[in-house]
Amino acid sequence: MSIEIDHVNKHFRDFVAVDNVSLTFNEGELTALLGPSGSGKTTLLRIIAGLEQPDTGRIRFHGEDTTDKHVSQRGVGFVFQHYALFKHMTVFQNVAYGLTVRPRQSRPSKADINAKVMHLLELVQLDWTAHRYPHQLSGGQRQRIALARALAVEPKVLLLDEPFGALDAKVRAELRRWLRRLHDDIHVTSVFVTHDQEEALEVSDRVVVMNKGRVEQDGSPEQVYDTPANPFVYRFLGNVNLFHARLHDGVARIGDIQLPAPEFHGYHNERGEAYVRPHEIEVLATRQHDDALHSQIELVSVIGPTVRLELRTNNTETLVHAELSKHHFHSLGLKQGSDAWIRPTHSRIFLPDERVANG
Amino acid sequence: MSITLAKRRVIPGFGLTMGFTLLYMGLVFLIPVGAFLLYTTTMSWETFWSAITQRQVVASYKLSFGGSLIAATINLVFGALVAWVLVRYRFPGRRVVDALVDLPFALPTAVAGIALVTLYASTGWVGQYLEIFGIRVAYTQLGVVVALTYIGLPFVVRTVQPVLEDLEAEWEEASASLGAGRLTTLRRVIFPALLPALLTGYALAFARALGEYGSVVFISGNLPFRTEITPLLIVSKAEQYDYHGAAAIGTVMLLAAFSMLLVINGLQWWAGRRHA
Repeated sequence: MSIEIDHVNKHFRDFVAVDNVSLTFNEGELTALLGPSGSGKTTLLRIIAGLEQPDTGRIRFHGEDTTDKHVSQRGVGFVFQHYALFKHMTVFQNVAYGLTVRPRQSRPSKADINAKVMHLLELVQLDWTAHRYPHQLSGGQRQRIALARALAVEPKVLLLDEPFGALDAKVRAELRRWLRRLHDDIHVTSVFVTHDQEEALEVSDRVVVMNKGRVEQDGSPEQVYDTPANPFVYRFLGNVNLFHARLHDGVARIGDIQLPAPEFHGYHNERGEAYVRPHEIEVLATRQHDDALHSQIELVSVIGPTVRLELRTNNTETLVHAELSKHHFHSLGLKQGSDAWIRPTHSRIFLPDERVANG
Repeated sequence: MSITLAKRRVIPGFGLTMGFTLLYMGLVFLIPVGAFLLYTTTMSWETFWSAITQRQVVASYKLSFGGSLIAATINLVFGALVAWVLVRYRFPGRRVVDALVDLPFALPTAVAGIALVTLYASTGWVGQYLEIFGIRVAYTQLGVVVALTYIGLPFVVRTVQPVLEDLEAEWEEASASLGAGRLTTLRRVIFPALLPALLTGYALAFARALGEYGSVVFISGNLPFRTEITPLLIVSKAEQYDYHGAAAIGTVMLLAAFSMLLVINGLQWWAGRRHA
């Protein structure tokens, strides 16, 4: 079932939560709504579910207008950040809830409910918890039960609001891989909200980056990471260094470094900003190229197999962050306080007023 | 045992606070109740039995326990409703209503009794209209229930209110997203969550009603066999220097109240056990 969002607006008093958003979520796709807090992603998800009403605009499920349908009639499965399991019910009763509240004529028989709930509990690998209460389970287990509960009503779309937000890092990583596999099995159109870019990139088929109620970029995880549409997306999806550059006839100059910028042909001595990811900075122990920036290593932090460096240069006001493998770092023979030469291997240039020049 | 008690805590002072608790409980509660029970044991079993089974006394038990149960039940329903309105809706004057709920706590019960009698007497503001339908409140058993309802209301409201405030809105949203209608959500999700608080409020309102004296004596008219409550009988026996009779009836009240509270506490434990 596809979901169509058609010019949806929503404000709370004078705060604009969703600003004229139009999107289509394709059938069977797992989409991440990614953005900082206050970007309107959760509000948009709640509007799709029917938990909030848009001020203007329409929501359509597979072409059918559902804007005025009550949440209980929409056929959505909603998973909350804090699970929202009914604590006076056992795990079994929680999962069975959606089936047992149906009107008598459409309610499955006791045996059918039993079979279905046990099947779902097996699907989330928690069939042994059926007769426990939610407070006896860990956070990760509770969220899997919440998911089973949402799936019990065979929703047409599955909506997840920061489903892993309340869990610790290790459980979160496990659970999101598990969600990906589960989605590959059941193929229900799913939308999940997250502020964690790694989570969005890892789990989803498609990423919608939101900011201040608007969609900043909409594309595959690879597209949004490799070719961010604007500086906001660049900054939001991972760390980035910003260099001030001069644009002149298809070349961007950062100090002595010249980077090709063919999209800026015809510009004369214009100010620009070059965005370079930490792993796109080459670190050298000696000056092997003419166009390398001299810098000093201020901080070395070893994080597992990678090394992050903070370097100070004369050309940038802020510290430059570089990332390289531990092996490579050791082969350079550098240490904290030593001189180093750095060179961007790849960059993307934007004009200061955030106009997109190449895209 | 001593090892667990001596464990280091962030805030020390177990010995001091526990000692104070015991002293306090002893002075204001255990010693008076103990002395009272001890005094009862000075009676012979026959005098005790005849004192507590006089027809007039038995009639008063029926009114006191029956009236208190009815009043607590009324308060259970309407107190929960008042709490719901105060928590869920924002309306002008909400704070005033919220403050008014506590009035039965603060107002001297005699004042309340006189006010009720003025209102509900057959010439009073409310009483004269009820009279048309043949309903008499003042000087009847109905009047006793009205007074007991009045003084018990805040107990239910104030125990249910905080629980309702803490109730997760997400529960209702989750229930709705799973296809449940409003009444189903209320019955299957909200009511079970409120049940322990409702039982506590019920127990408190009941206990308060059972011991009430001041407001009832004005509105009931104190007709023997009909509108005499047990606390009034105790007072009148004491006034006639029949201390043994008063103590005997008091003991019955004490045991009955204690066992009913025990039952309600058991229910509460049963309802609360299923929660985290």
